[in-house]
Amino acid sequence: MIPSAFDYHAPTSLDEALTLLAQGGDDAKILAGGQSLIPVMRLRLAGPELLIDLGRIDGLRGIEDDGDAVRIGAMTPHHDIASSALLGEHAALLCAAARTVADPQVRHRGTFGGALVHADPAGDMPAPALVLGAEFVIAGAGGIRTVSATDFFEGLFTTAVGEDEILTHVRIPKHTGWGARYEKFTRVAQQWSIVAVAATVRAEGSAIAEARVGLTNMGSVPIRAESVEAALAGCALEEAAIARACASAAEGTDPPTDTNGDADYRRHLATVLATRAVLSAAGG
Amino acid sequence: MTVTEIGSPRRRKEDQRLITGRTRYTDNIVLPGMLHLAMVRSPFAHATITAIDTHDATSSPGVVAVLTGRDVADEQGSLPCAWPITPDQKAPPHPAIAVDHVAFAGEVVACVIARSAAEARDAIELIDIDYDELPVVLDLEEALTDATLAHPDLGTNKSATWVFDSAEAGTGDDVAQVLAASELVLERTYLQQRLIPAFMEPRSTVVDPTGEQITMWSATQVPHLLRLMLALTLSIPEGKVRVVAPDVGGGFGGKLQVTPEEVITMLAARRTGKPCKYTETRSESLMAAHHGRGQVQRLKLGATREGIVTGLSVDLLADMGAYLGLVTPGVPILGAFMYNSIYKFAAYRFSCTNLFTNKAWTDAYRGAGRPEATFAIERLMDDLAHELDMDPVELRRKNWIKHEEFPFSTIACLEYDSGNYEAATDRALELFGYDDLCAERDRRRAAGDRVQLGIGVSTFTEMCGLAPSRVLGALSYAAGGWEHAQVRVLPTGAVEVVTGVSGHGQGHETAWSQIVADRLGVPFDSIEVLHGDTQTSQKGLDTYGSRSLVVGGMAVVAAADKVIEKARTVAAHLLEASTDDIEFAEGRFSVRGTDQGLALGEIAFATFSAHNLPDGFEPSLDSDATFDPENFSFPHGTHLAAMEVDTETGEVTLRKYVCVDDIGNVINPMIVDGQVHGGLVQGIAQALFEEAVHDESGTLVSGSFVDYLVPSAADLPSFTTDRTVTPSTTNALGVKGVGEAGTIASTPAIVNGVLDAIRHLGVQDIAMPCSPHRVWKALQDGASKGLGAEEPVPDRVAPEQDAGPMNSSGNLPTGDFQ
Repeated sequence: MIPSAFDYHAPTSLDEALTLLAQGGDDAKILAGGQSLIPVMRLRLAGPELLIDLGRIDGLRGIEDDGDAVRIGAMTPHHDIASSALLGEHAALLCAAARTVADPQVRHRGTFGGALVHADPAGDMPAPALVLGAEFVIAGAGGIRTVSATDFFEGLFTTAVGEDEILTHVRIPKHTGWGARYEKFTRVAQQWSIVAVAATVRAEGSAIAEARVGLTNMGSVPIRAESVEAALAGCALEEAAIARACASAAEGTDPPTDTNGDADYRRHLATVLATRAVLSAAGG
Repeated sequence: MTVTEIGSPRRRKEDQRLITGRTRYTDNIVLPGMLHLAMVRSPFAHATITAIDTHDATSSPGVVAVLTGRDVADEQGSLPCAWPITPDQKAPPHPAIAVDHVAFAGEVVACVIARSAAEARDAIELIDIDYDELPVVLDLEEALTDATLAHPDLGTNKSATWVFDSAEAGTGDDVAQVLAASELVLERTYLQQRLIPAFMEPRSTVVDPTGEQITMWSATQVPHLLRLMLALTLSIPEGKVRVVAPDVGGGFGGKLQVTPEEVITMLAARRTGKPCKYTETRSESLMAAHHGRGQVQRLKLGATREGIVTGLSVDLLADMGAYLGLVTPGVPILGAFMYNSIYKFAAYRFSCTNLFTNKAWTDAYRGAGRPEATFAIERLMDDLAHELDMDPVELRRKNWIKHEEFPFSTIACLEYDSGNYEAATDRALELFGYDDLCAERDRRRAAGDRVQLGIGVSTFTEMCGLAPSRVLGALSYAAGGWEHAQVRVLPTGAVEVVTGVSGHGQGHETAWSQIVADRLGVPFDSIEVLHGDTQTSQKGLDTYGSRSLVVGGMAVVAAADKVIEKARTVAAHLLEASTDDIEFAEGRFSVRGTDQGLALGEIAFATFSAHNLPDGFEPSLDSDATFDPENFSFPHGTHLAAMEVDTETGEVTLRKYVCVDDIGNVINPMIVDGQVHGGLVQGIAQALFEEAVHDESGTLVSGSFVDYLVPSAADLPSFTTDRTVTPSTTNALGVKGVGEAGTIASTPAIVNGVLDAIRHLGVQDIAMPCSPHRVWKALQDGASKGLGAEEPVPDRVAPEQDAGPMNSSGNLPTGDFQ
């Protein structure tokens, strides 16, 4: 479990980090908590020659009110998200998902931005970010640009963040008062999701007014179950109706087959978990 | 003897250092000038090595040497197998470093010796090896055909076939005749998937060639066996080798081995003349440390319609993997004596064929043969109860040995000394709330609840306390089963206890102190227990098979008793009395009927100074004893599991677990509870979570803890454990051994519970581990056959063609447990 040799820098400013990144080129890698990167380096599945640790840069960590959104620094640990009152009020789905990430040690070291840019298909933070319509603030040599959630996740472990860029913040549009549930299916605690469903729901009276439903590990990127969302709009807060609306949850997905289950099983799970997630998010 | 310590739930004295890390595990050992090893391992499960280019690695920074199999071919010998189960057993040579042929993925093909671990690790990337891939045999049914050979030079995959037949042994009738005459015969095939011991501390070895003796520190369960085997394998005089097992972080049988890595580290140290260290990574540990289980069990159980079992036929295929390790061939044979378990029946036949495959070799894993046997008979008993529409506990009652029938000679040739299955079962049923839970299950079944409830029953006994040496001899095992101890009384009256067993988490230091404190009447805290170093503990056969207390503890008792007799002689001399008049109680020798007396400590000092001892008395109280048990011990118990199965997702949840074990007298109930809890988790893990999965090329897919699912406390409820006490009659402590009990009994309890929950939905079997996917798939298959259709009990129940694992090819159950 000894990684190959690498240089390590811990810049104190974003500019410095970007400069190091530009100099390092292909051989440089951003360290943003290291809960995924360090294990693969120790297994020598990755061998960057330069690690740029963002941990000492002020301003990349924290959760603040930003008008119609909540602004989260990329280096904010999962634990801070899980326990944030501000997010609990305006983006409860993120808190619910963050609470299921790995174990307490990982939640204190691993970061929101790190998990998003890593874009593990079985990771728990991408699907909630997707369905909440997150805006990704990315810094590069040319300045700052913003990428929408629909454009951010490009493929397996691949995002819109370029090799010479750094994700600095994520803006989460407020979903104030929306109920939320992250329904994660695992065989043992601290396992990656076999399948998970992220649901957040705005109820009006005895019906669902609006719903957002995202799927984890049902393809190479997080997936928004748009047909389910459409079917849920106006749906009665009642199990059978919600189940009917969620029946299409697996449509258009391409889930993996592994020792925990084949693709058919995952498709089945997605519909069952979607129903449970929506029911729970709606307070049912 | 005054009993104040025995039975006390003392906190373990070793835990403070183990938990705080104020101790040295092998990898913590740093010696001056020490070199570090890294291994190159075959990525292929079966291949010929055609070329190895070590040039770049040899010139890599810090590298001292590179060893290939060819470099050490003349000195590495063949790794030992101490248990040839038949005279004609076949086995390939087992080099520590493969020379020109690799037979499993993970086998060592080269070793780098460097000044730092990092330099060694870097250099192994620079070794270029050419392989010619050979076809692999992974599946046991396929291995049986010899169509593809794991070792072409051997000419067959069959290592040995071992048979026990009750008619031949004279213990019972002919099983074929009995089954033919039976009103009902259940035919079943069960699979024991491969498991990985997954001890907490990876294996590590340090060898120091400095000085007259070569010293090896190793994370091993068996320092004494290791010393002997190193001497034999490498032709080193035994006296020139010292083996130390410092604190060792778990083993579960996985460190009952003489490993290639230990031999390689020894070779490296001898070559370089420097201390050498090798510590495996977790990946290497999962891939190349020995695995456990791996059997296909083909079973036929005969019974009457009243539920009386008439006979059992067991036909096993056992996966040896690529080589025979220290006791590999004997593991399934240990199960041969346990298929009849706590039951009486007229005829029994056991046949086991040991087969080679291109996977890591198997060997002992917690329970070793006995969990497999118990699983088979307990699954069969539940299946039989279902076929006869009988309560599974009642069925067992009809067949088990009644408490008044002990001692009982079994059909498998063992003599059970004691037991009370009725008492343990009654207590378990009461704690479990059996009737209420059965009623709840029936309600939920009738209501068609989404989450169904099932009740799993398992009773068990095991043979432990390995072992009477004569029995081991009869089974062709190379060594005996005795154990050694020494009790030394220091001048201050403090006591040192040297034990030949080698604890690696069991709590021997505490338990042995409790035994000796009571025996000698000295304070618990003045007793030191020494073990795990062949220089301190010269004789021993180490720790495995729930033997430490039953055999090693008895040796301690015998040594302590000798100390008392020596001290009595000194006391009589000093007190000017006859030894017959000296009474010993609570650490004090006194003259009967007087207030004259001396404490053991006073006698110890008098013996040390030796100024005034009886004529001819050897000035020492220290005593050795070697204890060879006259019989195994037979703990037993009844385990009950309430399983909830989510029929939508296949998710299985253990809601309640009750076990009542009878392990005889208890030295330390807290240690016993810990052993039972840990054992239960490992057994439950086989039922629900763990499986070594290989792909079609023989690569281990479950090669990290991401895919090899070891459950944690978060995955399980609190267990309800209790005990009944029926002391063993064959040892003075009345103890039976507890290390494996939980692992043996829990696996069938869990699977029986899962099946009980969903049998009415058309599910007859689910291969272990009963993952949500497999349970869901079984429910789908059951539904497609017609939901809940109660089939009439046929006269003869056909083999369940669909009972196997859900491999995508739809093949019959095989040894390739994917």
